[in-house]
Amino acid sequence: MATVQDLPQITGVKNIPVEEFYNSGHRTCQGCESALVMRLMIKAAGQRTIVLGSTGCMYVANTTYYSTPWVVPWMHTQLGSAGSAATGTAAGLASMMRKGKMTQEPINVIAFCGDGGGVDMGLSAISAALQHDEYNLLIICYDNESYANTDIQASGSTPWGANTTFSPTGKDIRIMNTKQKKNMAPMIATGHPNMRFVATACASYGLDFNNKVRRALTIGGPTFIHCIDPCPKGWDYDPKYSHELGMLAIETGLWIQYEITDGELILNGPSRAIAKGIRKRKPVEEYLMRQGRFAHFLPEDIKFFQDKVEETWEKWWIPGLIPITPGQDD
Amino acid sequence: MATVKPRLYEESKEELISGSEAVGIACALADVDVITAYPIRPYDTVMQYVSRLKADGAFDFDFIIAESEHSQFEIVKHASAVGARTFSGSSGVGWFYAFEAITVTAGLRMPVVAMVGNRALDDPGAFGVEHNDAMAVRDLGWHLYWVATAQEALDMALMAWRIAEDPTVLLPFALSCDGSFLTHSQAIVQVPSQDQVDRFLPPYKRGTLQLHPDNPITIAPQVNEDWLMEIRRQTDEAMRRTSAVIRQAHEEFREIFGRGDPSPFIEEFMCEDAEIILVGMGTLAMPTRVAVRRLRAAGKKVGFLRIKFFRPFAAEEVQEALGDAKAVAVIDRDYSYGSPSGGGVLFHELRSTLYPLDKRPLMLNFIAGLGGREVTVDDINMMTETAQKAIDTGKIEQETTWVSVRE
Repeated sequence: MATVQDLPQITGVKNIPVEEFYNSGHRTCQGCESALVMRLMIKAAGQRTIVLGSTGCMYVANTTYYSTPWVVPWMHTQLGSAGSAATGTAAGLASMMRKGKMTQEPINVIAFCGDGGGVDMGLSAISAALQHDEYNLLIICYDNESYANTDIQASGSTPWGANTTFSPTGKDIRIMNTKQKKNMAPMIATGHPNMRFVATACASYGLDFNNKVRRALTIGGPTFIHCIDPCPKGWDYDPKYSHELGMLAIETGLWIQYEITDGELILNGPSRAIAKGIRKRKPVEEYLMRQGRFAHFLPEDIKFFQDKVEETWEKWWIPGLIPITPGQDD
Repeated sequence: MATVKPRLYEESKEELISGSEAVGIACALADVDVITAYPIRPYDTVMQYVSRLKADGAFDFDFIIAESEHSQFEIVKHASAVGARTFSGSSGVGWFYAFEAITVTAGLRMPVVAMVGNRALDDPGAFGVEHNDAMAVRDLGWHLYWVATAQEALDMALMAWRIAEDPTVLLPFALSCDGSFLTHSQAIVQVPSQDQVDRFLPPYKRGTLQLHPDNPITIAPQVNEDWLMEIRRQTDEAMRRTSAVIRQAHEEFREIFGRGDPSPFIEEFMCEDAEIILVGMGTLAMPTRVAVRRLRAAGKKVGFLRIKFFRPFAAEEVQEALGDAKAVAVIDRDYSYGSPSGGGVLFHELRSTLYPLDKRPLMLNFIAGLGGREVTVDDINMMTETAQKAIDTGKIEQETTWVSVRE
């Protein structure tokens, strides 16, 4: 396994590096949390990093010819290719360094994808990339819960019942999107024995995210972080509430913050307090009713949603992660 | 701490190998850095061969068994961006599964070299050769070359990196090898020595286009209508420049390795003073040459023109080679449904090439050998007779003929 950079954990917001490697020049929407994910990610990773970005908001809105915000080397990759981009880049570097065609040094390789590129189209390539323990690479899925770049179409990561341009609320059908959001990070964590680090994150908790990026980049091998990104355009709310909605997603128990290192699970922040019973989960209605995409919900829909959250916390073997319960005989 | 480069061939020597093995040996001699594999017949014999070389310590490279053809081609595209020499390949519908990646590889000017083990496009399932798979990249900015022998497969693979990676070109290279007839058939091949290859093939240097922290560029930002046309034009100019690069590489290849046709683009077989010239690509050259030789012995003025580079297409050379013929019979191992006169792709390319001539030959098209069906000497004789009839009567009864097909 290739060596890694010295990227110590950051102790407190005052110690976050001041250097910006994701700068002005992008054209993301006001209140875009995904843009913040980009900024925090590369702040934590630093200058000796190559970033690969698959098609989505963080390509189209981010990277316009002649006005790139990226100070580090950056390359576009296809919608379903975050995994392959990371693999190819890491393999190219590793091969040339081993053969003496390039100066030996640990270079961070980070590929990002949206939920469309990661949870849907790119799932198989990401899965394949995460089997390569000979390469150091990090894949970050910035999940704004729809194909937000192309007009807010439902993805495999869109919550049940959400109004999107592919799942509009109509006269006849109130709930068009009957799919449950995929359980992405646990699927990655349980399915890939070669990897050592999987985490969930939210830009509302910036320092936590910074440190997860650094842990991923320094533990070695392939790693994965899944971020929940409130999206003013897709979720339909005033851009100033992005942070607050991110926090609400966690405080209602809908999104759970954790990291899994070598198979060991640690919950972080409010999720940890909820699990320990120190803090009560807020009703999910507080989160849902702040967003236009759920404005059509009737009380029964809110109850359905709340029941699902209850199930996650009360019935699952590992709350929020493993949707399996012990059978009757066990 | 660079590893010592394994030297597969200290001395040039003869080997009895298949076309796929010949390309695999070229990979080792070219010291390729990253190779991606995914199984599909018939191309994947090359991957079985290089994985064996790696297992035996004869060739040091990063071997990635991708989870799909799409990933196969995306991985080498990205490895190429950081400066690694790359090789991949596929066949038939596998090549099509990778098509998004194949498209952007040319758009991004990544000099990936790929072997296409030509195969029919399923469904219905068929393993045999057809040229429609590789042909699909003809409009995308890929070099597209059809190989006829295992020797040519090895030689052209070495040429492929040299041409594709030339800093004035930087366009990917598809090496088309007929499934089974080339990929799986053994022949005596003169394998060059490592020293010869090192003299011929310089290292791949991307320069200011290399993606590296020391050169923090942004590759493929969104351009839209503001810049896309200029970028397309740049790719077009690179494709125009490559012809001179190919000629130069070909001359040096002949000098260093002591073999090769006079032209890198076409092979003329008994074309001088020929009234009928058959035109085709790939391994059907073998039965065609046999037929032409026999017809010549019987006093018929027949020749064979093999198109080697389909892209770039050497229009002037082809015009010169065919300009004095009375009839041209184009053999297509492909088809283009609904195209003018229901013909094959090569036929249309040739008709377009010959149109500006003052004196145009009669043109006939023969669809033959689809799905790997054998093209026989008798088939070639029939084509020649049909062409002769057209010359004698001064008219073409049927532009496109399907050869030895059950009606």
